[in-house]
Amino acid sequence: MARYVARRLATLVGIVFVISVGSFYLIHLLPGDPATVILGTGASPAARAALYRQLGLNRPLVAQYLVWIGHVLHGNLGVSFISQTPVLTTIRAAIPIDFELILISQVIAFAGAVPLAMRAARRPNGILDRILSAGSFTLLSIPPFIIIVLLVLLVSIKWGLANTGPSSYVSLGSDWIVNLESLALPSITLAVGSFVLYFRVLRADLITTLQEEFITMARSKGLRQRRIMWRHAFRPSSVALLGTAGVNIGGLLAGGFVVEYLLSIPGLGYTLIAAINSSDYLLVQGIVLVVSVGVVLINFLFDFLTSIVDPRISRE
Amino acid sequence: MSDRPTTPDAPEIGGDLAAARPPLGPLFWISVGWLGLNVLGAVLANVLPLVNPLAQDYNFINAGPSLHHWLGTDDLGRDILSRIVFGSRVSLLVGSGSMVIGFGVGMPLGMLAAYRRGRFDAVVTAVMYVLLAFPAIIAVIAVLSFWTPRTLLKIIIVIGAASIPLVYRVIRSATLSIATREFVTVAQVQGARDGRIIWRELLPNVAPIAVSFLLVGVATVVTLEGALAFLGLSVNPPTPSWGNMINESRTILSQNPWLAIFPSIALGLFLLSLNYIGDRLRAHFDVTEVKL
Repeated sequence: MARYVARRLATLVGIVFVISVGSFYLIHLLPGDPATVILGTGASPAARAALYRQLGLNRPLVAQYLVWIGHVLHGNLGVSFISQTPVLTTIRAAIPIDFELILISQVIAFAGAVPLAMRAARRPNGILDRILSAGSFTLLSIPPFIIIVLLVLLVSIKWGLANTGPSSYVSLGSDWIVNLESLALPSITLAVGSFVLYFRVLRADLITTLQEEFITMARSKGLRQRRIMWRHAFRPSSVALLGTAGVNIGGLLAGGFVVEYLLSIPGLGYTLIAAINSSDYLLVQGIVLVVSVGVVLINFLFDFLTSIVDPRISRE
Repeated sequence: MSDRPTTPDAPEIGGDLAAARPPLGPLFWISVGWLGLNVLGAVLANVLPLVNPLAQDYNFINAGPSLHHWLGTDDLGRDILSRIVFGSRVSLLVGSGSMVIGFGVGMPLGMLAAYRRGRFDAVVTAVMYVLLAFPAIIAVIAVLSFWTPRTLLKIIIVIGAASIPLVYRVIRSATLSIATREFVTVAQVQGARDGRIIWRELLPNVAPIAVSFLLVGVATVVTLEGALAFLGLSVNPPTPSWGNMINESRTILSQNPWLAIFPSIALGLFLLSLNYIGDRLRAHFDVTEVKL
């Protein structure tokens, strides 16, 4: 177990290093002198000097990276030249919104996927299973940006439900009911993708598990269907579900960009696109770094959880 | 096309399993037809009797479907049907172009790594798994936001590069399951060269898996391009694409829902038929043991 965790940690450090080099190098993809592009042509010499100092631009590339990573490790992602606020402050304000969005969407997705997968797996190729499998296959092909647009068209424009449309976001602190209303459509959109994934993985795994001998044993003991499903079948099958959830939740951090963008919800995704459109390159760089590291950390966390639930994984 | 396209050369696989193959079904051929129609439309868009996708008709601003404009017009009075047909070019170009890059690099690497094993395999696989660790969309957005100005070619290159690790993983595991089979060992014992074994023994057996994954891969990269276009990070207006049409409808959803609905249907049906064909082919060639 300890060896497994140590090995995973070493990989994690390697991946984070690669991400940091990639994020650092982004600035150098800009055409021409980074200082001119970041500050604009009308910048004063003092501002240019400040940027050169902040990024160490007149030094060799390796030294620049060391300067930059030194700042980053001290929590300094630079100060935006557009808004004059530290990049980290902006990111800190946005993160809780993504967290709330992902949390709500996962509650909906699990609450739907687990019971339905159990129902479907009890009679593979039955009517319910066929409908759910065909439906989930169709939904799998529909990208989230289409789902959110159609939901907004239907719910907030056709039905006219208040506080669900674009720009209706209110922070959790000021009015939690309106906050939940404004997050309803984006979290349902994210939940649809997760639901489809969880349903398909759990259904397939349950069908295999239900053919195991210990299930026949439990049946012949006369245990109730409910108890067999939850205690005997769901527990071994939850390992696959957990593994899928880890990758999926990490991906949602980036998948949330689209729904936030449409509804102007000021999470990381909306902030990132706004930063790209206003050429706030330091903020873009900071968000890319934080989101990438966040995704990798979430994956690591779930790998760890999976190995606790199923210790066999760590012995392989 | 016959009912059984590209039967593998090796009789070991083709012979006895062919009887157990599930039929492709009518929905499969409908999907193939729809896909063909899309390709035909994109290729022949200039020849077809369509309005210029950039021409503005001031008598029809944000108009719904009518005899003049079958699918209505957008906020600048441009014909939605024409823009959808011309817009399919972006999706098809991104889908095929980036898969050429993804398969061109990922497939030889994956086959070589799985056949040779050893240090080469270990190093390449480790690098690819590091690259797979974070979602492609972040890397693609990051690179495209700095590497300006954005052109279709750059978008294809970036998305294609991002797809290499995915292709590599699938092809490697597909090759692994075949490279250990008896007929490969027989060829080795007979003294066949590595190049010949990869070309004549492995490739024909990996090809069906590669084709079914190729379709899913096209769907994935087209979705990615759609998301980029929706975020305003793909080809610049006024060039139409399904994604940027939905993006343009964003601010006028209540006045003109058709501008959002029709491109969404076009993109949705396109992706659905790709995924369905890929799924049926996978079941047909019975490649479930390969993790896709």
